[in-house]
Amino acid sequence: MSTPYMVMRFRTLIILCLIGVTPVFAAEQNDAALKDLYFGEALFYAYQEDYFSAISRLDTELAQYYGLDEPNLNSLYYHIDHAEFSVGDFELFYRMHNRAGRAIKAVIEGNVEETVRNEAIYRLAKIYYQKQQPLNALETIEKLQGQVPEKIRYEEPFLRAQIYIETGRFTDAINLLNKIENSPGMEGFAGYNLGVALFQSGKEQEGILQLDKVGQVKASDDKVQAMRDKANLVLGFRLLEAEQPDLAKQYLDRVRLTGPFSNKALLGSGWAAAAAGKFDRALVPWSILAKRNVTNKAVQEVMLGVPYAYGKLDVYGKAAILYGQALESFSAEIARLDASIKSIREGKFLAAVIREELKKDKHWLVHLRELPETPETYYLLEMMASHDFQESLKNYFDLAELKKKLQKWQDYLTSFEEIISIRAAYYEPLLPDIEVQFRALDSKMKLRIEQRDKLDKRLKKMLITPRPDFLTTVDERLMLQQLEAMERSLPEGADDTTNERTRQRVARLKGVITWNVNTEYQDRFTEANKHLRELDGDVDELKETYAAFVRTRQAATQSYKGYDKQIKQLRIKIRHAVDQVTQLMSRQGHMIEVMAVNELELRRRRLEEYQVKARFAMAESYDRATKAQQELVIENAK
Amino acid sequence: MAMNKLIGILILLCATFGLAGAEEVTKEQIKGLDEQVQDIKKDVLAISAELNLLEEKLLYPSNTHIAFFVSVAQDADFQPDAIQITLDNKDVAHYIYSFKEVQALQKGGVQRVFTGNVRTGEHNLQVKAIGKQGGSKKTDTATYAVNKGIGPQFVEIRLTGSGIEFRDW
Repeated sequence: MSTPYMVMRFRTLIILCLIGVTPVFAAEQNDAALKDLYFGEALFYAYQEDYFSAISRLDTELAQYYGLDEPNLNSLYYHIDHAEFSVGDFELFYRMHNRAGRAIKAVIEGNVEETVRNEAIYRLAKIYYQKQQPLNALETIEKLQGQVPEKIRYEEPFLRAQIYIETGRFTDAINLLNKIENSPGMEGFAGYNLGVALFQSGKEQEGILQLDKVGQVKASDDKVQAMRDKANLVLGFRLLEAEQPDLAKQYLDRVRLTGPFSNKALLGSGWAAAAAGKFDRALVPWSILAKRNVTNKAVQEVMLGVPYAYGKLDVYGKAAILYGQALESFSAEIARLDASIKSIREGKFLAAVIREELKKDKHWLVHLRELPETPETYYLLEMMASHDFQESLKNYFDLAELKKKLQKWQDYLTSFEEIISIRAAYYEPLLPDIEVQFRALDSKMKLRIEQRDKLDKRLKKMLITPRPDFLTTVDERLMLQQLEAMERSLPEGADDTTNERTRQRVARLKGVITWNVNTEYQDRFTEANKHLRELDGDVDELKETYAAFVRTRQAATQSYKGYDKQIKQLRIKIRHAVDQVTQLMSRQGHMIEVMAVNELELRRRRLEEYQVKARFAMAESYDRATKAQQELVIENAK
Repeated sequence: MAMNKLIGILILLCATFGLAGAEEVTKEQIKGLDEQVQDIKKDVLAISAELNLLEEKLLYPSNTHIAFFVSVAQDADFQPDAIQITLDNKDVAHYIYSFKEVQALQKGGVQRVFTGNVRTGEHNLQVKAIGKQGGSKKTDTATYAVNKGIGPQFVEIRLTGSGIEFRDW
């Protein structure tokens, strides 16, 4: 079988395992009205399936949000329900089921819209179901009340029915599945589960009819086609067990020759024909299957089946030759398995799991098989499709990524410390001088502000008690001082004409000034107020500069002071986490290797048993061929 | 009969393939380890969030903090290939998008393309976006006066297909 074909099959298997977990986030509904850029950034990572970065970004945002005195003024306020929900979503996709469950529970218990709560209930129930806790799933899904969001309109009853099947409520499951059997996105899946529910409720005949219907669903979608094949396969083997081989063969022959179930179907189809005694017809599917990848269980089994059928058709010579070929293949495969087991024990499989080139591909598990120097993956095809093995591999991959991150962060902390020491070296000699200058400017500023406040107070008083003398100009004040000086210089009691005229002139001039000051009082008062407002503008600017300076001075100090403790603590936390991750990686890696080696050893033992069987069958076939030939010779001699 | 015997043998073989002496991996072991992996993920995420805050405080104090975010209008069929950003005639960011990143932007994700420090006051931001629209190449350029205040300044650069829009946050 060609590699692309195998990859396609394997991908379909994996896709079938992942049905229902395609990343669709709660927040997607609300994108058009995105009001928080950092929430958008978390989504940017999540859409790329970089869930660690998405959770980390959103956690940081949520921590900041909840630390605010007035969170309602923060832009995340508009998304807070969705953000809480999304963090649960991301955690779910990052396989942190425990924390995702807690986050989703918090949404359910929070003050949220009915549809949001119902979606949260659905997701929590799904987590329980996936973690094989059907009773918890049932208890959760039954809390659902009122309107269900449109996007889970069919998924919710589908999940509910799955839970009912798991908890033995088959009639309820049947009723639900009947309603959604033909709903968009449910074609094939709901029908198949309906068939399963009918069988489990004891309605054998109805179950057969149901799976028969699913087995004829017309679809272009890969996943639905796979479900159709699965229905036919299950039905075929069920009928084969019920000793109805002719009917079984009809269903098994419906399975596509290129789908993920084709090998099993071809094998079953051959057995069905053989069970009906039609060995020549058994050879048709078995001969197709025998040409496929020899690592497949069904192919290895059929390598015994084909000569067995020839033997039944009395073609002993051919049977003996084919048993011989099977023996050779089994020996080669055992050698290959030994090499794979050795390679896994040398750690090559784990090294392949964390290869860089796999990171860019979401089907990395599929492509693991295509990498050079990884012979160990040939026999792990089916195992890789199993949930436990996949989860273990992904955990190992995630741990390796965490380790890389932690090691990078250790370097970050070193860089931070360097930045801090450079800043300290720069600012520390400068700050004392700046501080002196700042204090001088600070006292000057305070003085000017006090003067301004005094003027303000005086003007306010003048509103009640007018004081024109307060509004004389500098020139007027100087002139008045000069006139008063002149007045004082005139000899006391002198009565000559010149002095009298001078006194009158001084009085007249003082009168002019007093006249001007009094008649212009309102204008001058308005002008003075205007100047005060202008001064206020300047004072505001000054205050702003002052505040900016204070902030800058504070920022300069904060740029290198007060980090030591935090960095020290972070360094300890990171070191501790690195130790834990290393330990967990080693345990997880060992577990994967044990699972893989166990699987390979199981396959090896099976091949050894096949070898024994083939040797006996080959000897028997040779005996029979020889006997047949002798009988023919005797016959001819007669 | 013989066929039934063969099937029987095969089933028997499958059933008796117990790995005597082999190390077993139980469901409980898998679950237990998985929970420990979940716990360490939680711890590392907490460290990451703390580190994010420390980095922001240390490297981008709020009075000089500036960040540019790129988004793509969801109704536009514009696919960005690269974006080049200059601030006060200095190149500050040049980014080439991967397919996954373009998809993430088109779904509504927002990319923080640059974080840096500038003084308060007006700054000249120039953006050049190269991409594809309707199957042909397209280059959009635009300038924007960023008025940096005393608090952190965030500017969204929105690629609409018909041009580039800016928004202060």
